[in-house]
Amino acid sequence: MSDLLLEVRNLETFYGPIMAIRGVSLEVRKGRVVTVLGANGAGKTTLLKTISGIMDPEKGKIIFEGQEIQGWEPHRVVKAGVVHVPEGREVFPLLTVEENLALGAYTRSDKAEIARDRDLVFNYFPILAERRKQEAGTLSGGQQQMLAIGRGLMLRPKIMLLDEPSLGLSPLLTQEIFAILKRLNKDEGVTMMLVEQNAAVALDLADDGYVMELGRIVMSGTADRLAASEDIQSFYLGHDTEGARGERRWKRKKTWR
Amino acid sequence: MAQSRGTLHHKQGPQNREDRVEVLQLLISGLANGCVYGLIALGFVLIYKATEAVNFAQGDFMMLGAFVTLGLVNPEYAGIPFWLALPLVFVIMGVLGYLLDIVVLRAVFGQSQVAVIIVTIALGFVIRFAVGEIWGHEPQSLRSPLALGDVRIGELVLGLADIAVIIVTVIMTFLLWQFFQRTKMGLAMQAASQNQMAAYYMGIPVKRIQGMVWALAGIVAAVAGILYASKGALDPTAGFIGIKAFAAAVIGGFGSLPGALLGGLIVGVIEPFASRYLPPGWSQIAPYALLIAVLLFRPHGLFAQVRAKKV
Repeated sequence: MSDLLLEVRNLETFYGPIMAIRGVSLEVRKGRVVTVLGANGAGKTTLLKTISGIMDPEKGKIIFEGQEIQGWEPHRVVKAGVVHVPEGREVFPLLTVEENLALGAYTRSDKAEIARDRDLVFNYFPILAERRKQEAGTLSGGQQQMLAIGRGLMLRPKIMLLDEPSLGLSPLLTQEIFAILKRLNKDEGVTMMLVEQNAAVALDLADDGYVMELGRIVMSGTADRLAASEDIQSFYLGHDTEGARGERRWKRKKTWR
Repeated sequence: MAQSRGTLHHKQGPQNREDRVEVLQLLISGLANGCVYGLIALGFVLIYKATEAVNFAQGDFMMLGAFVTLGLVNPEYAGIPFWLALPLVFVIMGVLGYLLDIVVLRAVFGQSQVAVIIVTIALGFVIRFAVGEIWGHEPQSLRSPLALGDVRIGELVLGLADIAVIIVTVIMTFLLWQFFQRTKMGLAMQAASQNQMAAYYMGIPVKRIQGMVWALAGIVAAVAGILYASKGALDPTAGFIGIKAFAAAVIGGFGSLPGALLGGLIVGVIEPFASRYLPPGWSQIAPYALLIAVLLFRPHGLFAQVRAKKV
């Protein structure tokens, strides 16, 4: 079918003495949105950090556009086109919105193109244009998340790794940001790998999905198939199909155990 | 209308005028000292913000910068014209700072803060020893174009060197400010110091940037050293004023560049006034008394740049 952009093969990463990722394999094809679902501590963030070079894997391969990138310095990975929008925004608090965006384009030098991409970001996030001279630390949480995504876009990513963009945001803001992500994917063709705890919005946006538990991939498939699966429904989407008493929920065993 | 009343009150007796001249004189020499403290404090803060390490050798860096200049400029050594030697000094001190980061500091990367502190303290000893071996331990004076002697304006006696020091510091501050605001490298340095992780995510080569910050701190130290040596004699123990500069950095709010400079000025100004108006001995403890007071009542410093992170 369509071409493979990112492939992770049997990845193992340690967080100190703890094996946080225990042999993960997954694929992201060009133009798709792939989500990785999982609870706290499943190893999702570690997975993204390993891909973007912040952490080094013990074993396994990360292949991006046919090139092995595991163990590279982060700035090299970024240059190759892998952009990580970290959990909890992580903007530069004392710099203005404009300066934050300028730093997004740190690896680039084509001034005209940079200016065009900045207008693109302002087009998708008009509130950032309004606040362009404001220090990023004074923005609201949702605006900071928009800035973090916008700053990531300034790098012209071939793939965007999004770590919990809904973290700490109201349901309404989450909807808004995911709608923009959808447009970015459809209109600009940005490939995305999305890590989320909020499975409902993530599966709605994604084309394909993986479920991670305790460092392993336990389930994978198209987003529709995952959303329809009983396990996902009861453990991640919180649909209670078992009746009013709901005691079945904790009695049930997950089928992959 | 009302202005005649103002001029009436302006007339003052000779006693009062002498006082004011003295205050002005103390203020200017205090500010000049404060500029040197401030520039050293700036070095502390630059490195601390970018690498979260405190470089206790910053005072000795300053001394080394002064001696490198002296070694190049003074006729009994290399005897190069001052303005030719200046860029050379900056290059030498910049490269030295960069190499220190790469060779020494990166070796203790990941160790506790204490390890870094002890390494930099040891580095100070090494610099003092090396300078003493090369240029001797006797006080010497730099042939600086800023050492201009005194000038008399009425009863006011001003050291021209003091004025020059203040002017150079103002220029230096302006240049640094422009560097941080306008250049890509300056912006990247700010980014790396505000949020190192995010800087990595943006593709900024953080380690190289940190090396550049050390280089910049070396250059700032060289400027401070030249200013220090323009005001008086220089010997290898000159670096001990780094302790006062450290106090200045803390008073200003460790982590704030303008704060470091202002802290330096405050410490510089307090000293001469304390020695003039307070009992003997007080001037020595005044900066540290202020340091303790600041830590007690405003632990983030007077001009802190802290902001709670939004969640």
